Amino acid sequence: MTVKRKLEILSDAAKYDASCASSGSSKRDSRDGKGLGSNEGSGICHAYAPDGRCISLLKILMTNFCVYDCSYCVNRVSSNVPRARFTVDEVVDLTINFYRRNYIEGLFLSSGIIRSPDATMADMVRIARRLRKEESFRGYIHLKTIPDAAPELIAEAGLLADRLSINVELPTDAAVEAYAPEKSPEQIRGAMADVRHRKDAAQDRSHRGRRPPRFAPAGQSTQMIIGADGATDKTILGRSTRLYGDYKLKRVYYSAFSPIPDSSAKLPLISPPLQREHRLYQADWLLRFYGFELDEITSTTRDGNLDLAVDPKLAWALEHRALFPVDVNKAPKELLLRVPGFGVKTAKRIVSTRRHCYLRYDHLLRIGGAMKKAQPFIVAGGWSPGSLTDSACLRARFAPSPEQLTLF
Amino acid sequence: MYHVVIPKIGAATAWRTAARGFLAAQIPPHEICWQEPGTAPELFAHTQALPPTGDIKVSRRFVAMANSVVWHRDRDRFAHLYGFLWRLRDAPHLIGDHGDPHLARLRRMEKNVHRCQHKMKAFVRFREIGDPEAPRRSFAAWFEPTHHTVEPTASFFARRFGDMDWRIITPDKTAICVDGVVSFSAGQARPDLPEDAHEDLWIAYFENIFNPARLKVSAMCSEMPKKYWKNLPEAVAIPNLVKTAPERAEKMARAAPTLPPLRAERMKERLAQGNATDGALPSQTSAPRQRK
Ligand code: SF4
Repeated sequence: MTVKRKLEILSDAAKYDASCASSGSSKRDSRDGKGLGSNEGSGICHAYAPDGRCISLLKILMTNFCVYDCSYCVNRVSSNVPRARFTVDEVVDLTINFYRRNYIEGLFLSSGIIRSPDATMADMVRIARRLRKEESFRGYIHLKTIPDAAPELIAEAGLLADRLSINVELPTDAAVEAYAPEKSPEQIRGAMADVRHRKDAAQDRSHRGRRPPRFAPAGQSTQMIIGADGATDKTILGRSTRLYGDYKLKRVYYSAFSPIPDSSAKLPLISPPLQREHRLYQADWLLRFYGFELDEITSTTRDGNLDLAVDPKLAWALEHRALFPVDVNKAPKELLLRVPGFGVKTAKRIVSTRRHCYLRYDHLLRIGGAMKKAQPFIVAGGWSPGSLTDSACLRARFAPSPEQLTLF
Repeated sequence: MYHVVIPKIGAATAWRTAARGFLAAQIPPHEICWQEPGTAPELFAHTQALPPTGDIKVSRRFVAMANSVVWHRDRDRFAHLYGFLWRLRDAPHLIGDHGDPHLARLRRMEKNVHRCQHKMKAFVRFREIGDPEAPRRSFAAWFEPTHHTVEPTASFFARRFGDMDWRIITPDKTAICVDGVVSFSAGQARPDLPEDAHEDLWIAYFENIFNPARLKVSAMCSEMPKKYWKNLPEAVAIPNLVKTAPERAEKMARAAPTLPPLRAERMKERLAQGNATDGALPSQTSAPRQRK
């Protein structure tokens, strides 16, 4: 089989993993002329596929042979997709040659489980080691670890890779057991805890004040498939809040269940709207950067699900109109962050600018607030929303108009 | 009237030196005509700049902003920068005033340049032009940036591709890096670069990492504007991917088997048993199971 054919099969198999991030690792470069690659904090999206997703890494499977039978996965043992397997050399060669042509930031390697979890993980570690030690590769490496692989392998993986990830796969334990019968939610959590502890330990200086080598400097992440089981957004966000807290995850990725070639009989036929995935990301963001509490977000859900028509911040504001309008010249930053249409940057700029001038409506336009959205919720020089804030049709202003009916 | 020509290569330093001289001599903005090379000097203009004298203190935030704005395509960029610098003399707080329209314009230009630099880091595509077995491999790329971004972005490529030689050729300027040393020369017409077999593999990757069930063309185009496509090898695959996506997605959905009632029952059963399977090790040798 040609390398090109393998690449086709093994990238096709890898596309259901949403993560392609290459940000937030340790800073490094190759100005010394003795290696290849750099990492400057924020990762670069080198291309965008027609699905709107960023292509930052060479995201491939080492092999898509797998002895497990996870229903949502194209690679499960019971699927009829064509199979392939890269050699260590092939993966190293593709990574280096793609990187030199400025196609990618690095490698995101995962794998189906062949022979045994340990054997699979050992091969993945071998690839990372070759890249780092023999090719002096200083680009980004993300390894998807196998939950039940031996601890020594995870330990070495963390020293070679920028990021490790272990997918929790589905939002509830019951769903994991139903759809990924060979996987154990407890084992997955155990593996995440292990990575967290190793990372924490690598931060402690020894009694001589020396720092141990950094462990997975870009942290660990996980992915949950949305819409394959019956879990509500409330359940999903509850689970991610715990994941962020317990394992200090950098990111939880939500991946709307998408039809796969040769899909399993066990899965729902209809894919959930991509909008749901989008709303979950927005809610996740509010929880992490806007000071929202989990129950504040979930209090606006209906039957436990986020409103698909309006974003979760707007949904919250519409239910708490008594707090609005907010005076942009006086309100504390925490309250500014609650204004629909104001992002973290906008709030920061408002606070710094109002120190030396009285903010008027057109100032806010220049500062970069999404003013059409913010209008009903703020008071500024030359602007007062009047009765708009409490008007009954405020939601209708923002929600997309219902689908047009046509004559039948 | 003073008349200064800011050269293409080294524009940042040249503008700064000239601006320092004018500021020290207290020359107001309307008495200076800033020009790019190749434009005819205005009639009646004295062709001269002033030597910088003495120490001039300027906000660090302004300097950082100016270092980007000088690479903007707008012919009036040097004048805008000096105009604002002039106002900063007795109103230094203006540099933090997000409500000031003049600053807002400069910030917008700065943002344009940053975005252009960012896109350049992302979309330059090298082709190998030397022997792949040579101790230092060499690569070249043709790129058409919106602003004059080659010069401020070259250091990024030098940091990243430390063990290889490279050149980025643009209509406006060429950056060349040999043995880790970067230099600039005049722009060139599009060169004929040798074919590179890895482009074919890259296109294959681009085609297969795309998920036809999630077609979102507008999201792709807003991040990867069409003006860049002509220099992106993978872009040749886009039209066909977009065209065949609905059909491919539909085929996958149609091929999907119907939902067996078994699913609900199995889940209930498992729930009733409690987490009976927790901790059970997977059987590593389980034979491939076929769907009935
Ligand atoms: S273990 Fe499950 S999710 Fe992972 S490749 Fe195998 S079947 Fe797919």
